[in-house]
Amino acid sequence: MPFINFSKDEIQCKIVYYGPGFCGKTTNLQYIYNQTSEKVRGKMVSIDTKGDRTLFFDFLSLNLGKIRGFDIRVQLYTVPGQVHYDATRKLVLKGVDGVVFVADSLKVQRKKNIESLINLAKNLAEKGISIRTIPLVLQYNKRDLSGSDAEILPIEVLEKDLNSMLKVPSFPASAVKGIGVFETLREISKLVVKDVSRKIMLIDKQVR
Amino acid sequence: MQVIVTKRDIERIRAILSKVVVASCAHSVLLIDRSGQLIAHEGAAPEMDLTALSALTAANFGATTEIARLLGEEEFTLLFHKGKSENVYFSAIGEHAIMVTLFDDHTSLGLIRLRINQIADELSEILLSIFERSKGSARLKGPIPEGKRE
Repeated sequence: MPFINFSKDEIQCKIVYYGPGFCGKTTNLQYIYNQTSEKVRGKMVSIDTKGDRTLFFDFLSLNLGKIRGFDIRVQLYTVPGQVHYDATRKLVLKGVDGVVFVADSLKVQRKKNIESLINLAKNLAEKGISIRTIPLVLQYNKRDLSGSDAEILPIEVLEKDLNSMLKVPSFPASAVKGIGVFETLREISKLVVKDVSRKIMLIDKQVR
Repeated sequence: MQVIVTKRDIERIRAILSKVVVASCAHSVLLIDRSGQLIAHEGAAPEMDLTALSALTAANFGATTEIARLLGEEEFTLLFHKGKSENVYFSAIGEHAIMVTLFDDHTSLGLIRLRINQIADELSEILLSIFERSKGSARLKGPIPEGKRE
């Protein structure tokens, strides 16, 4: 639900990083926070447990510049990935405009990725949003573990598991090293802004 | 659905918020939508990230609403946090928004509550008209030729 403020010529959008526990959603936000200047970003807020697991969400706001005279502000949220925090995930999804689904490339997490994606589709549907129409990007995280002792899934398998029906843009990534993090953010921002600007074109003349 | 706030909406909302600031001696009043977006702010600019405050407020309200449901209530319509010198009062305004009032020991919770109660209905009506209009505009989505998209 983009918030279009014609008084300040500002649009606020909400992007949620979704995915199973320990897949690297918070790490994505931390990398973005560390790599952006104070001029464009706000404070990073994290509500987590002592074990570094997200209890409620992480939050970071970014200013993406101007489009058609409007300042675009995106608010990035993560959800807690653990299965039993479903009520919290639903709360964070309220008013969502775009989703980054972060999948864990570890082979042992294969089932958890699929379950989390199904959970996302279900929670969006409860809000009357189809996973097939909302701006969505997939990120295959932890690619840096390739060649280590940990067994990771080939990209083709992840694509088949998660993206064969959705056919949305996907990016291999290593959030710890920062690989693919900004590519993912750029793509989801592009899709969300495109979606919102389409709406502005329709509304602009009527409201001004 | 997208929420569209016009200049006139903001002027009307700010006039009401300003009334609360003056009449209650609060130093700052914010109006936030339930998904965590800041709609308007009036009073002294606090030295904090208002966007982060908005996100946390919505989450806080969402979480306490779940507690209310566990207790068989629909929701808790107000929350109050007291600090050593700063206090914050959250109140639900209709079904879409939350008002956040920041105040110190120069005023009292009773006065804050009284002043907010006096404007709550008027503010609710404005918000209702914004959100109802937004629902209407959602019907405009329709098919748009690809070439016209940005």
